[in-house]
Amino acid sequence: MSAERIKILTGNDLFSGDVTWWTGHDWSRHVDHAVPLGDDAAAIVAREEAAQRVVSAYVIDATHDGTSVRPAHIKDRVRALGPTVRLDLSLHPDDPQAAAQIV
Amino acid sequence: MYLYDTHDQAMVDARVTEFTDQVARRLAGTLTEEQFRPLRLKNGLYLQLHAYMLRVAIPYGTLNARQMHMLGDIADRYDRGYAHFTTRQNIQYNWIKLDQSPALLADLATVGMHAIQTSGNCIRNTTADHFAGAAADEIADPRPYAELLRQWSTFHPEFDYLPRKFKVAIIGSDIDRAAMKLHDIGIQVVNDPAGQIALRVYVGGGMGRTPMIAPVIREFLPPLQMISYLEAALRVYNRYGRRDNKYKARIKILVHEIGADEYRRQVEEEFAHILTLGLEPPPAEFARIAAQFADPAFDPAAPDAIDLSDPDFAVWVAQNVHAHKAPGYAIVTISLKPVGGIPGDASADQIRLMAAIAQEHSFDELRVTHAQNIVLPHVKKADLYAIWQQLDAAGLATANLDLIGDIIACPGLDYCSLANARSIPLAQKISERFADGDRQRNLRELKLKISGCINACGHHHAGHIGILGVDRKGVENYQLLLGGCEGADTSIGTITGPGFSEDGVVDAIERATNVYLDRREGDERFVDTFRRVGMAPFKDAIYG
Amino acid sequence: MGETLIRLRDDAASTAPVVPFADLGDHSNARAVRLMPGDDARALRPLLEQLDLVEVAFPAYTDGRGYSAARILREYGYTGELRAVGDVLVDQISHYHRCGFDAFAPVQPITRAAVDKAIATWPAVYQRTVDGRTPIWALRHG
Repeated sequence: MSAERIKILTGNDLFSGDVTWWTGHDWSRHVDHAVPLGDDAAAIVAREEAAQRVVSAYVIDATHDGTSVRPAHIKDRVRALGPTVRLDLSLHPDDPQAAAQIV
Repeated sequence: MYLYDTHDQAMVDARVTEFTDQVARRLAGTLTEEQFRPLRLKNGLYLQLHAYMLRVAIPYGTLNARQMHMLGDIADRYDRGYAHFTTRQNIQYNWIKLDQSPALLADLATVGMHAIQTSGNCIRNTTADHFAGAAADEIADPRPYAELLRQWSTFHPEFDYLPRKFKVAIIGSDIDRAAMKLHDIGIQVVNDPAGQIALRVYVGGGMGRTPMIAPVIREFLPPLQMISYLEAALRVYNRYGRRDNKYKARIKILVHEIGADEYRRQVEEEFAHILTLGLEPPPAEFARIAAQFADPAFDPAAPDAIDLSDPDFAVWVAQNVHAHKAPGYAIVTISLKPVGGIPGDASADQIRLMAAIAQEHSFDELRVTHAQNIVLPHVKKADLYAIWQQLDAAGLATANLDLIGDIIACPGLDYCSLANARSIPLAQKISERFADGDRQRNLRELKLKISGCINACGHHHAGHIGILGVDRKGVENYQLLLGGCEGADTSIGTITGPGFSEDGVVDAIERATNVYLDRREGDERFVDTFRRVGMAPFKDAIYG
Repeated sequence: MGETLIRLRDDAASTAPVVPFADLGDHSNARAVRLMPGDDARALRPLLEQLDLVEVAFPAYTDGRGYSAARILREYGYTGELRAVGDVLVDQISHYHRCGFDAFAPVQPITRAAVDKAIATWPAVYQRTVDGRTPIWALRHG
C-alpha cells in the first residue's frame, strides 16, 4: 500500500515536556495516532495552547500507510521515537531496529 | 573552594522563590509561553527534542563531594538515572518535568547550587582552567577572579537582556586549557612588566557560524579594576551589539565590524567614567574569596613513588594522570568516554562514586572539564591504584585522555532541537574504529570534536579533527575540518571539502590519521603535522 | 486593579509634551523626552537640569538597551522621573528599578502591589548601581 502524504500536528506537553501528536480529539505520545489535518490547524493550535494542553505546537509533513505515520523530517522522526542512542529510554525499548527507521 | 555565605545562599533561595512563582503562573495560564520562555531560560530550562532539559551551573567547573552527590541524586529523583557533563563545565538533565523543576532547584539550593543564567541572553557560567590550583605551570589560581565574576554577573540588572548570550573564560597559566581565546571575553592572569599580577583581557572570540579568535583589548589590567572594566566592556556591547540579526548578535561581530581599536577606545572611555562610580569590590573582598582557594593541607611526607607493576594501571597513569605542583600528589582525569559510549554522560551511580572518591582522596573537590571529563585535582600518588580499581569497576577508567578516543560531542539530534544531525552515534563509531589502545597512543594527542549543528557546542572549530553535522535535504551529512586548536596557539579548523555520510566520515578520518602517521616528524602531534604539510596531502588521501 | 502608569515618586507627573529624542534639535526647551532603544542617552547630558521626565521605550522587553540608558542618566546625576514605557512586565521591574527607573507605563496593566513585590524580590544585591542599595560586598566588609 503506498503511503499517503498528509499534514499532522505535533508539540510538547506543557507539564511533562513529552512529545505529543494531535489525534483529532486529544494529544497522544504515539505518532501512529496522529491524524491528517484539515484547514483548521491554526485554530486547533490556538485553542489547545490557550487551554494549556500543548506547548510549541506546529504542523509537519508526514506519510501515512494505513497503520503507521512517518514524519517527513528526520528531526520529527527522532522526536517520535526518543534518543536513538538510548533506546531503553525511547518509546520502543524492545525494538533494536527502531533506530534504523530514523534515517 | 568557595562556599556560600548567608548572602550568597539568600540570593539562590530568592531565585528559587521567584522561579517557583513564575512556574505557577505559567501552569495557571497567567503567563503565556512567549512571556515565560525567556524567564525559564534564565534558569536553564529548555524545551528540547524529547522533554524539558535543565542545565545546572557548576561555577568555573569546581564542586565538592556533597554537591556532586546531590547531582547524582537529582538524576535519580527527577530524571532517568543519568546526566550529561557539558563543554562549558556544566551538567544537563534531559528529562525534567516543568512542574517538578521548582522542587529540583530547591534541592540544588540546599547544597549551594543553581541553574542561574545557564541560558538566555545574559552572562553565562564563567569557565576556568580545570587544573586550577593544582598545576605547576600556574601563575595564579584564576578561580577567585571567576568567583568575583560569578557574583558580579548574577542578576546584573543592566545586562540581563543582552543582544545575545555572553561567555567568559579565565585562565591563570600560559598553557590555555580553557580555550580562552574562543570566548566572548577571555581573561588570562599574567605578570606585568613590573612583575605584578595583572589581567590580560581578550574580547570578541567565539565559534558558531563565524568562528573568531579574540584579540587582546587590554594588555595589563590591574586586577582590582576587573569589575569596573567588565562593566564598561559589557555596557558597550549592550548598547551597540547588533539586535537586528540573531546570527550577528555576538560581541565578536561588533568587535569585528567596528574594529578592535575602536571597541577598545569606547571601552576605555566608558571605563574612565565607571571608575568614578565606586563599583569595584574592595581588596578585602578579593582576599576573602582567595582565602577559600588556598591550598589544601598537602602532606609533605606523601611518597612520590607509584607502583606500576599492574600493566593496565600503568597505562592509565601514563595517560590520565598529570603532574601536580605538590610532591607526592597527582591530578587525575576520569574519562567519561568509554569505548562506544556516550561522551560526557554518567549514571547516577557513577556520579555518586566519583563524589565518594573525591571526598576520600581529593580533599573533597572535583572539576568538570570542557572536554566533558571529570578531574580529581589533588590525589596522593600512593592512593592512585586504589582509586583506579574503583573507577575501573565502574567503567570510568578508560585511559584515553586527549587521545582520539577522548571525543568531545554535543548531544546532537538525539537530544537537541537545534541540531541538524546526530553526533553521538558518530562518536560511538569513531570510538569503536579506534578502540585499540596501542593504536590510539600511537596517534598521540588528537582532539576530535563533533558538533551536530553550526552553533558549535561541540567546539568542532577547535578540534585537531572537527566534524560538523549538517542537514543535506533531510539526510544527515558530515563536514570534516582539520587543524583547529584551542590552546595558546589557538587556530580554527579548515574544511577538507565535500561532506560525508556517517560511515564515510569515519573512513575519511581514518585516512587522515594514516596521512599523519606517514608524514609525521619527530614528536609532532596530528595538528603539528597538518600545520607543517598543509591540507593538500590530507585532501588527496581523503577524496582519493 | 492593574494600572498603566505606576510612579514611585512623590511629585506630580510632568504634563509637558514628550519630545522624541530625534526631534530635540527643534525643541531645545523640552522638559520631557522619549528615548528609543537606539538613542544615545549621553546626548541628554547638557539637558538634564531642565528635564522633568525621560521616557525610555521598550518596544520589546528583550531589547535591553534601555537599561543602559537609564543607568547612564542616573550616573550623570539626573534626578527627574525615569519612566520605562511599553513592553514592561512584572518580571523585569526589579532590574528596571535597580537601573534607576522610578516609573512604569506598561502596555499590559500591572498592579502596584505586583510592582512593590517585584522590587522586594532580592534580599540583597551583588552589584553597586544607581538605586542606592548596598551591595553584598559592602555588607561583608562594612
